[in-house]
Amino acid sequence: MNASLLPAERVSLTLRGLYQSFGYTRYRVGKFEEYDLYARNRNFLSDDRILTFSDINGQVMALKPDVTLSIIKNTRGDDRMRKVWYTENVYRVPRGGDSFQEIRQTGLECIGTVDLYTMGEVLMLAARSLETIAEEYVLEVSHMGILTGLLEARRVPPALAGEILVAFGEKNPHAVRELCRQGGMSDEAEALFSALCVMGGPAEETLPQLLALPLPAAGRAAAEELAAVCRLLKTFGSFRVEADLSVTNDTDYYNGILFRGFVDGIAAPVLSGGRYDHLLNRMGKSGAAIGFAVYLSELERLIDREGEYEADTLLLYGDGCDPAAVAERVKELAAEGKTVRVQPKGKAEIRCRETEEVTG
Amino acid sequence: MNRTLNIALPKGRLGEQVYDLFEKAGYGCPALREPNRRLVFENEEKGVRYFWAKPSDVAIYVERGAADIGVAGKDILLEYRPDVYELLDLGMGRCRMCVAGYEGFRDDLSRTLRVATKYPNIARRWYAARSRPIDIIKMNGSIELAPIVGLSDVIVDIVETGKTLRENGLAPLETVVPVSARLIANKARYKFRSGEIRELCARLEGLLKEDEGI
Repeated sequence: MNASLLPAERVSLTLRGLYQSFGYTRYRVGKFEEYDLYARNRNFLSDDRILTFSDINGQVMALKPDVTLSIIKNTRGDDRMRKVWYTENVYRVPRGGDSFQEIRQTGLECIGTVDLYTMGEVLMLAARSLETIAEEYVLEVSHMGILTGLLEARRVPPALAGEILVAFGEKNPHAVRELCRQGGMSDEAEALFSALCVMGGPAEETLPQLLALPLPAAGRAAAEELAAVCRLLKTFGSFRVEADLSVTNDTDYYNGILFRGFVDGIAAPVLSGGRYDHLLNRMGKSGAAIGFAVYLSELERLIDREGEYEADTLLLYGDGCDPAAVAERVKELAAEGKTVRVQPKGKAEIRCRETEEVTG
Repeated sequence: MNRTLNIALPKGRLGEQVYDLFEKAGYGCPALREPNRRLVFENEEKGVRYFWAKPSDVAIYVERGAADIGVAGKDILLEYRPDVYELLDLGMGRCRMCVAGYEGFRDDLSRTLRVATKYPNIARRWYAARSRPIDIIKMNGSIELAPIVGLSDVIVDIVETGKTLRENGLAPLETVVPVSARLIANKARYKFRSGEIRELCARLEGLLKEDEGI
């Protein structure tokens, strides 16, 4: 029996190699960060509850709920291109949960100039990350500019625009229609918004449908950028990519391309990312940024432990047994390539393929 | 991976109505009609497995992927805001989420308003949008009792016919939001079962439009 890696460990190791092979360098962050960083960017976090403590100098500190904010804080904001990857634990309340959890995540950030190639490379690395996790995966992509372009062209007030974005996130056409009516939009606008809301499927089929719609200039430019990135992605290889406008996020932080990854067998996204120039700029840095995180903690659901043995042989010995005889037998079993759990006679809490007793 | 579509239905009258619609749409499971205490029913031929869940838990089963799709009231979706797709308004179990209190109730703006409710998040958002300071009193049932015995000034609750309110001298004061049953789907499952889920959704929508005479 060979020592086996848990899915999260295997994926983490493979992704490290993948990101490094494209010139991304390791970025290490500590577990603590000044609480103020999160207080100023509360809405960027998926949950605003944060574990805090007072440092010995009285400064309020937090156990990091997020890595991206710390990386940006450390970024110079000059014209130097920064491409980094990380594997860290973060501490937050998962969506739908009711207590803090330690969550392992890996990811990468690309800060500086984000052009078409950069977006394509990041999207390719996201797709290849998903391929590493499972054969059956979907990378769904969207572009914030399509919806924001439409909303701005129709001068939709911010509060209503926020509600429309939420309804898009729910793929909720009846709510979108209702909100369009509340906003006094025309039947034509209502039809356009509800068509976009349910639009989703393989990128090569969906994007032409999207481009055929009567989009305003800003929305069309965004849709064309999304199509261009997807075309570039094809140059890197064949990936299962779906265009889906239900991928939305906070417009205060995100702009441009957004994406999310799913694998069959896990009920939540295992990857999410996008372009977040607005966050960078809010934190006083110039330039652009794009990145993603892979939620390694989610991967524990992928393993089926039913019927799996944790060691080949359970080797038991009695009270009067000679320890040298036990050691000799352990050596023999190890030489046969077997894994051995050794303990005095009694019940073992692990599952072993066979049980053997040393006498003498 | 298992290709059976797992469907969580809310226990009770609404669930039975919903199942009737699913059956009419071609997703029947005869075992479900048998009088017994089973919780899970499968029709392998149709590729569906139903299970009855407490109405407030349906969204949890779907959000966590134990069910691919399910039917939940809009009240539950607004209160817990699960991360699910809300694909269709089934138009069943129609009612209103209301602020209710004594008929002719006048809000005394010099005091914090005491609000009894099973839906603290909905109530909090409703009053926060109006900048009205409130004291939420979280209840689990018989909410109408709260203003009668002086526990609260008003309640935020579901109103169907308004009969219980009327019989206790209370009345709906404001409508917070209309409520009805919604077809919801797990976002990850939808990615891998979109064909089946879209087909089911289209069949249900077709039947609903037929009923409305559209």
